[in-house]
Amino acid sequence: MLEADNLECVRGERRLFAGLGFRLEAGELLNLQGRNGSGKTSLLRMLIGLLPPEAGEIRWKGAPIKAQGEDFRADLCYLGHLNAIKEELTPLENLLAAARLADEELSEDDALDALEQVGLAGREDLACKYLSQGQKRRVALARLVKEKRPLWILDEPFVALDTVAVDWLAGIISGHLQRGGMAVMTTHQLVNIPAGTIRELRLG
Amino acid sequence: MFKIVTAVIGRDLKLAMRRQADIVSALFFFIIVVSLFPLGIGPEPDLLRKLAPGVLWVAALLATMLSLPRLFADDHRDGTLEQLALAPHPLGLVVTGKVIAHWLVSGLPLALIAPVLGIQFDLSADALVVLTFAILLGTPALSGIGAIGAALTLGLRGGGVLLSLLVLPLYIPVLIFGAGAVDATVSGLGGEGHLSLLAAITFASVGFAPWASAAALKIALE
Repeated sequence: MLEADNLECVRGERRLFAGLGFRLEAGELLNLQGRNGSGKTSLLRMLIGLLPPEAGEIRWKGAPIKAQGEDFRADLCYLGHLNAIKEELTPLENLLAAARLADEELSEDDALDALEQVGLAGREDLACKYLSQGQKRRVALARLVKEKRPLWILDEPFVALDTVAVDWLAGIISGHLQRGGMAVMTTHQLVNIPAGTIRELRLG
Repeated sequence: MFKIVTAVIGRDLKLAMRRQADIVSALFFFIIVVSLFPLGIGPEPDLLRKLAPGVLWVAALLATMLSLPRLFADDHRDGTLEQLALAPHPLGLVVTGKVIAHWLVSGLPLALIAPVLGIQFDLSADALVVLTFAILLGTPALSGIGAIGAALTLGLRGGGVLLSLLVLPLYIPVLIFGAGAVDATVSGLGGEGHLSLLAAITFASVGFAPWASAAALKIALE
């Protein structure tokens, strides 16, 4: 269970939000809404522990994430608005390297299967710099296919995707929620996630 | 624990192999700077022998500086640095892997080419051996100390110049003992003392610098 209590965020001189709190149980999705600059990404970066909150506390399974450190990060999968893929490596190499660095088990067959699901079959051995923007995003999203960690934090996951891919990703997120996972995401699009409880939080 | 270090080294070496121009340009910079001195000073063997250790070491410091700004900048720009910071390992181990990989592609080639360049300065065989050994021992310290500077200047505009100003003064001990080892061999005193001090600096900086860099990276990622 993920809990946030009385969070306050100050960027520069501006206070973006204060007194923000929520509670997320297994199988629930928190959808952050808000206009540009309302602090959605800042809130996500607080939840993954990269940005310390000005005030307040975030707890994972009852204990503050700051105190848990590596144990919390072992339960976390974060997808930022940057794709975190290396242009020089192929999609397959990117997936395998990312899994190794995150200390996850991922066999080459699983990685190939994930790439096929995101529609990159036949391009596994092409350096990522030759892929289009949407295809690069799909390489980043392919990580989610075999991801078993309970907490997903997704920053604008639907950006740069075509309608087929949007439906596919909504399905992947539903599957995660059905398995008892949790997710926090931001999006500006109207997306229908078929399963799980969806809660909305509006910033600003 | 060592799995993450080897995973980072493996990834960085693979990336370096796909971008060989970077390795080659730093190496050629080293070769050209060192070769300019005999041409500029003229064929006086005594003078050249005296200048050789200092020239080679200063060129090695500058060649190392060339590749430092990109140590973390590429990973920062494409978001992989965030993912590395979120991996369930201490960030210091990740940086240790990056420092070792940086040394393998920037320091090691310098040590391998140094004896060839030393011949231009009429160095004796003994001095060439000590020179190679000193560069081999000292360059890991350059990568380690440089990582702190690279992490502190990450994301700054014009960070490259600031990086040189921060890091070059910290390289002075390595320069003194590295050049001193060769000097002492040329003058017949034996360079063992200098080499052991150089090894001590390297162990200290490769052991501690990654943790200092990790602290700086966390600030840069906020």
